[in-house]
Amino acid sequence: LLSPQNYPLYIRSVPTENELKFHYTVHTSLDVVDEKISAMGKALVDQRELYLGLLYPTEDYKVYGYVTNSKVKFVMVVDSSNTALRDNEIRSMFRKLHNSYTDIMCNPFYNPGDRIHSRAFDNMVNSMMMQVC
Amino acid sequence: ITEVCGAKRVGYFGPAQFYIALKLIAAAQSGFPVRIESIKNELPLPRFMALKNDTDVRYGTPAEFHGVKFQIPHATLEKNSYKRTDEGDKQESKSPPMSPICSPPASPSTYQRVPLSYGYGKARSGLEQQHGAPYEVRHSTHQQDGPSSGNYGAKSTLTCSTPNRSLSVEREQQDSSTHYSDDPWRITEEQRDYYINQFRSLQPDLNAFISGSVAKNFFTKSKLPILELSHIWDLSDVDCDGALTLPEFCAAFHLVVARKNGYQLPETLPETLLPEYLQAACLKPVRDCALFDSYSEPLPGSQQTRDFGRTEKSSTEEAPDNSALLQDGKKDEKQALKVSTTLKTIPKEFQHLTVKTAAQESNALRARPRSRSYSSTSIEDAMKKGEEPPTPPPRPQKSHSRASSLDLNKIFQQNTQAVRSGWLPPPPPALPPRPSVSQTEQPSEVELHPQMNRPPSQAEESSSAKKEVVIAQPPSKPARRKLRTEAQGLETPELSPTINVTSSLPAVKPHLPVQKQSSKQKRAIQTAIRKNKEANAVLARLNSELQQQLKEVHKERIALETQLEQLRPVTVL
Repeated sequence: LLSPQNYPLYIRSVPTENELKFHYTVHTSLDVVDEKISAMGKALVDQRELYLGLLYPTEDYKVYGYVTNSKVKFVMVVDSSNTALRDNEIRSMFRKLHNSYTDIMCNPFYNPGDRIHSRAFDNMVNSMMMQVC
Repeated sequence: ITEVCGAKRVGYFGPAQFYIALKLIAAAQSGFPVRIESIKNELPLPRFMALKNDTDVRYGTPAEFHGVKFQIPHATLEKNSYKRTDEGDKQESKSPPMSPICSPPASPSTYQRVPLSYGYGKARSGLEQQHGAPYEVRHSTHQQDGPSSGNYGAKSTLTCSTPNRSLSVEREQQDSSTHYSDDPWRITEEQRDYYINQFRSLQPDLNAFISGSVAKNFFTKSKLPILELSHIWDLSDVDCDGALTLPEFCAAFHLVVARKNGYQLPETLPETLLPEYLQAACLKPVRDCALFDSYSEPLPGSQQTRDFGRTEKSSTEEAPDNSALLQDGKKDEKQALKVSTTLKTIPKEFQHLTVKTAAQESNALRARPRSRSYSSTSIEDAMKKGEEPPTPPPRPQKSHSRASSLDLNKIFQQNTQAVRSGWLPPPPPALPPRPSVSQTEQPSEVELHPQMNRPPSQAEESSSAKKEVVIAQPPSKPARRKLRTEAQGLETPELSPTINVTSSLPAVKPHLPVQKQSSKQKRAIQTAIRKNKEANAVLARLNSELQQQLKEVHKERIALETQLEQLRPVTVL
């Protein structure tokens, strides 16, 4: 989960080894995200345009992106071997993430731009990841 | 033991498994074989190794506790409701702390509704400790309602051994409304009243929300770290809308208080703090009692709580708009209190602390500008609503702009009048500076508002009241007053004598419960009136200017047309 200024607000990986590799992947995918955003032009209102789709596939994994209207970016790295994950599942995952993020924003004690410590968000992400793995 | 009690099979230690496991431990320690049958014997309490002291017990356990009505089929244990949010290891870690409690009430006989207190007293949190009074051990029984006495409940169950089975049945039938006491996550009556008062100070309408920023300021005063406040908000704002309703607010406040008293925050919202539960509790305490009684029958605890939750939810759904009921509910609560007399002494300590911690908050709150509380829904909505309908009334002879703006004002005042008088049917035109009904210019407007059946005297009263306002602010509308006095010079003498009479009226208004509120409302309304009048004046001026321009343009057009006619060749065919 990246802020509009492209620093991470929330990072979570399930298999915790190689975590750094995933972080690096997310970082490099930011370029692709930015490219897609700028290519979209000004009209970012359409929900469909929020979902960026497969950013780029590598040999091991696929990277998906999603951007909100306030330029908060969600980047998801999934294992390529997990072929059961279809596009619409990814979309629904992003939607859930977006909803949870909105819930966090509703909390008046949350300052936009802070790291996210919400346990509810953690639980949601965990459950989502458990579901997939 | 794990296998025998079934935990292996289900994968976690639920209440049933846990109790059976403890029983089996006791059996094993007493030399009985580890088998289900052995728990039927009368066993001494299981002995655990040395445990943490009371404070640890208190801190460690309450966080996860909910009540779950529960009964083991071979029930040797009490129906201790004990719902857990995290199973497994958490439970196991809890079990050691609980044993110290186990030991004191070793004798079942003490388990009657009688001062088992002493044994428990030490183990209890500091709250109850302060009460020398015998603590009624209802917590074990009552946990039928589910939300339970956190660790207290747990302890009590552990202590109960077989012989208590009969007692347990008795106990269940006991008056269940007295179980409110020990659960740290249950809000007692005094607390609830206090929270409701605090809510009122922030937001006078018990139906409406407290916005996020207001709540943030309020809770920041409690000096808890932002992270914890954020977590409390996450827990209590169930619908995640960025605003707190009354039950949500009560839950949040309760969590803040609990945290200040040293309790760890739970991972999820305890059942007693759920908005539906709180609303139901607020509204139908009697009904809750009935529910609880019904729960006294042995049933698997988890199912029961689920049912309970469901019924609660359905009940709350039935009555979505609980505001009005809230008031009644509180009264009912008080009655129920009297009935159930048993002690609410518990939160004496709690109350002290809450009062202390909230004292600063309340002081700060009082210092808040009152007007802000009025920026809430009721008045503004009323005013807005009042302004919208005004435009429809037709303006036939509105040859001059003033009339339309007068119209607006009139309607607006009607509505504010209505608001002030507590939503009476809108009175006839408060013709503020406007004349009374006698004025010829106004009759059309008067007709337009058929709902004004009030006697003209009232109209005069209200109008004169408004006139007071107007008179009080002469500088703001010089232009308007000029216009008005042009056509309505007659009224002023009429109105002035009535002014004195009516000036006393607002004070007398029977509908306004609180004098202060009425005056503040009046002030708010007056400022709004002022602003609207100013706006109206500006618009009126603009309108007249535009009319002028229009006339000129018309003239020009006519002139051009005649020119065109002249210039056009006369050739006609």
